[in-house]
Amino acid sequence: MRLIKELWTSLIESLVGLGAVVRFLLRLIVVAPRALLRVDLIAQQVFNSGALSLVIIMLSGLFVGMVLGLQGFQLLQRFGSEEALGTAATIGLVKELGPVVTALLFAGRAGTALASELGLMRATDQLSAMEMMAVDPIQRVVVPRFLGGVIAMPLLAAIFSVIGIYGAQLIGVQIMGVDSGSFWSQMRAAVSLSDINEGIVKSCIFGVACSLIAVYEGYYAMPTAEGVGRATTRTVVTSAVVILFFDYLITAAFL
Amino acid sequence: MFGVFGTRVPTATPLNQSASIIEIRNVDYAVSGRPVFASLDMDIPRGRITAIMGPSGTGKTTLLRLITGQVAADEGSIVVAGQEMREVRRSDLYVLRRRMGMLFQNGALLTDLSVFENVAFPLREHTDLPERLIRQLVLTKLQAVGLRGAAELMPSELSGGMSRRVALARAIVMDPEILIYDEPFVGLDPISLGVILRLIRRLNDALGITSIVVSHDVQEISTVADVLFLLSGGKVVARGTPQELQCYPSEIVRQFMGGLADGPVPFHFPAPEYFGELLSRAEDP
Amino acid sequence: MRKSTTLNLGTGTFVLLGFAALLFLTTQTTSRGISLGSKPHYNLTAKFDNIGDLKVGAPVSMSGVEMGRVTKIIFDPKEYKAVVSMRMDARYKQIPTDSDAAIYTQGLLGGKFIGITAGGADTYLKDGSQIDFTQSAFVLENLIGQVLANFTKSSAPANSGTPKADAPAAPQAKAAEKAK
Repeated sequence: MRLIKELWTSLIESLVGLGAVVRFLLRLIVVAPRALLRVDLIAQQVFNSGALSLVIIMLSGLFVGMVLGLQGFQLLQRFGSEEALGTAATIGLVKELGPVVTALLFAGRAGTALASELGLMRATDQLSAMEMMAVDPIQRVVVPRFLGGVIAMPLLAAIFSVIGIYGAQLIGVQIMGVDSGSFWSQMRAAVSLSDINEGIVKSCIFGVACSLIAVYEGYYAMPTAEGVGRATTRTVVTSAVVILFFDYLITAAFL
Repeated sequence: MFGVFGTRVPTATPLNQSASIIEIRNVDYAVSGRPVFASLDMDIPRGRITAIMGPSGTGKTTLLRLITGQVAADEGSIVVAGQEMREVRRSDLYVLRRRMGMLFQNGALLTDLSVFENVAFPLREHTDLPERLIRQLVLTKLQAVGLRGAAELMPSELSGGMSRRVALARAIVMDPEILIYDEPFVGLDPISLGVILRLIRRLNDALGITSIVVSHDVQEISTVADVLFLLSGGKVVARGTPQELQCYPSEIVRQFMGGLADGPVPFHFPAPEYFGELLSRAEDP
Repeated sequence: MRKSTTLNLGTGTFVLLGFAALLFLTTQTTSRGISLGSKPHYNLTAKFDNIGDLKVGAPVSMSGVEMGRVTKIIFDPKEYKAVVSMRMDARYKQIPTDSDAAIYTQGLLGGKFIGITAGGADTYLKDGSQIDFTQSAFVLENLIGQVLANFTKSSAPANSGTPKADAPAAPQAKAAEKAK
């Protein structure tokens, strides 16, 4: 009985949280057209969220691709179709690993940075100071950060996938001796534009979700050191769950 | 509770009512059911330095939030520079706020911008002035607070007092009519404190600004303020010049001005009878 | 000022890299090259009873040489057929009007493509022409289904009559029956 009651309260709480996040998103969308006029601010956030995550994304992409090359080769060899390695690695990267791993890394690298930055701005009255200077902090601070993340994510995911494909190629072709021609030609014949589209749609949605969660947690962080710390933790945890949940939904929708 | 709470506050110096820039009438305000203000009345005179004092937790900061329109009163009216805050729209509020400057407790400088850019921030956001003019204005204001030499530093490189002076330069860069200081003396060394005090006085006189200072540093604020308000229990319990408040015929004013530990504001948080609680056995919750 | 230059440079490089990666994914990993759009070309159509899993972007070839790509697949509700539009490279203009188009499979389980076998007519297909002779996709399930059906029939002799072959793969199915 008590368990049911607790479950019920936590359900209500999460619904309230979901509603608050969605309303925050609507608020961002309302302000977005005006914020879009400040291209310089958005560009700076694309730099913060995107360019600064580039190294970790590229490194991870390379290693994920290399692992795919090894595992895929081992598996495909059993069926005597090592030539399909290019196809397998590319489809795996473009549709799944690229968007999902990039989004998880993004949440850890850029998401936490966004949340703690906004939380700190809240804790040190910077957001209130802007309000007092008749500057809307949502428009001036939150929306550029949100849009920067939304723009950066698909680009990061694409870079991840490309590096990953070359990682798989490095292992498969250079080391395991798969024929380079069939690696690429089989890939081209089997990968369709809708596979790429699925990956792009996924990374765009992940971009919106991760950036939204990060700016929401940061903006509404408790204005204390502990509150900021909690906001960054929650950003990572919530983002990870939401990414995987949406991943399933989108994959199911594309089938 | 105490006689002075429920009765009308005796006014020591009758101030000209029409000279008020902020008029607060019968304001009620509660935070999650707990009343912070009950029928609060206040008039803040134009062009003077008004100090708002009171024990911690009497809602001094809340009062500032009401005046600046960050929160709305539950009941009553607040008129700031002729604008009724109850019916103010967001766009009007932003217009009104351009006529106000506010100095936050720790300065609240934008950490990703240099000192120069922090002071230039309101200009860049609200005006289309050419870069040359912005530069002149910013350097003038920085000169006024004595930090022109620190223009290229980042906020993290400043001391607490310097941050507050930069924030002050930023607050006056749009030439406001009202300048609000939230606890400007907290955690400052005596020299920085003296500098801030002098700046409050000088800016007020030189620019004809109305200054509102929220503080509980009685000695410091008494040296510059023209009018003092003492808040307690959600009401104005005393009002007058610093000299008048020093010899005010009220227990709570004497307690606050003299810094006495016990008095109308009790030393003890409300608790059950002491010996009774000591002797009673701890029970399972 | 110098700080903002590095910032712009970093942002620019990142965005450029990102779009380059997107471009790479859409053009280099799929069968959809960017080159075809700009080259001179002409369009052909063909109607098929069944296209199997032929996809937009699949190659169109003659004697194994790629001559074009499938650009559009729509369903004709009057004839209950699939109408496949192809974009042919303008270099290969001499395709006789009575040529036939068939859907083949690359390898055992690979993707589908269209193979054109030249006819003997003196006139050639022009832009917008339709290839009249078509052969549908070889659907593995149909073949297996027929083999199984024949197998059960031969094991149950009470059930007489020739199996009706409705799939294009009928000759092979008959051959399989004979072999038994």
